[in-house]
Amino acid sequence: MSEWLAWFIGDWHALLVLLIAGFLPNEIWRLIGLWFGAGVDEGSELLVWVRAVATAILAGVIAQILIEPPGALASVPDWLRYAAVAGGCIVFILTRRSIFAGVVCGELLMLAGKWWLG
Amino acid sequence: MRSVGSTLLTLVLFATYAGIGALAHDTHFSLGWVLASTLFVWAGPAQIILISTLGSGATVVQAAIAVTVSAVRLFPMVVSVLPMLRTPQTKRWHLVLATHFIAVTLWVESFRLLPQVPRRRRIAFVHGLGTGLVLACLAATTIGYGLAANLPALFAAAILLLTPLAFLLSTARNCRELADILALLLGLGLYPLVATFHTGVDILISGITAGSAAYAVHRWQARS
Repeated sequence: MSEWLAWFIGDWHALLVLLIAGFLPNEIWRLIGLWFGAGVDEGSELLVWVRAVATAILAGVIAQILIEPPGALASVPDWLRYAAVAGGCIVFILTRRSIFAGVVCGELLMLAGKWWLG
Repeated sequence: MRSVGSTLLTLVLFATYAGIGALAHDTHFSLGWVLASTLFVWAGPAQIILISTLGSGATVVQAAIAVTVSAVRLFPMVVSVLPMLRTPQTKRWHLVLATHFIAVTLWVESFRLLPQVPRRRRIAFVHGLGTGLVLACLAATTIGYGLAANLPALFAAAILLLTPLAFLLSTARNCRELADILALLLGLGLYPLVATFHTGVDILISGITAGSAAYAVHRWQARS
């Protein structure tokens, strides 16, 4: 039992890292939203700007995952990753914004490309 | 609870978290660690950034900065969802748990589902939806972690590709104004340029620049 628990939890130090670099950075923004969001009008100009910046930051994260892919995704060639995402976007637009169709087509394109490359 | 099962996004989210579980296994984090990250962080991109930066040998401070920057987007999400939950009787602490559940999926689903829910029952609805999503994702994380050892590389790559695809398309779907669409496109285009400078805060620089440029176009268009 204690062996299993040691395997399950691993290193206590890593949990402290999770608290500092994972939990707090996210929760702080949620709580700031809770605390200061009350006075902000939903259609206000400030919010349009904050939403634009946040959208652009998420776009940056997406671009980062595609350009510097984590783990097994690095085994897929650059051009194939970009083509799969571009294909998914085109299908998304053609199907009048169906997320499901876009995701499935992007995935299939990547799998087909990998299969074709062997 | 039925709302949890009926959304396609839940399916995509489930697969994304299986990918996070697999990634955590490959970068030698414990199962308990990655489950705790799903429960407490509850933001897919942030978890992927955290795992990949720590896994590539970055310091805790560098990882914390990268995650903090990516998490700024939670602020406007909270600000736009909370007014839908509030009634005149609502105290701030009633909203703390609902606030924790807010991430891309719940934000998207709130705009879709909340208008059909009577206002006084909306906080309970979000608690139910959030709990269901977190439980499904904890299961997905465990499955991904367990499969990672035997997972063919092709399958693992497909699961990891789900994250950018799903987040890109669900953000695109929620673009309500020209500023949002421009911010998404400019943000995608600008990051690769800024990244060549290796500032350590590339995402922050490209995000603020692209977002502000999109906002400027929005202002200019509103005036003319």
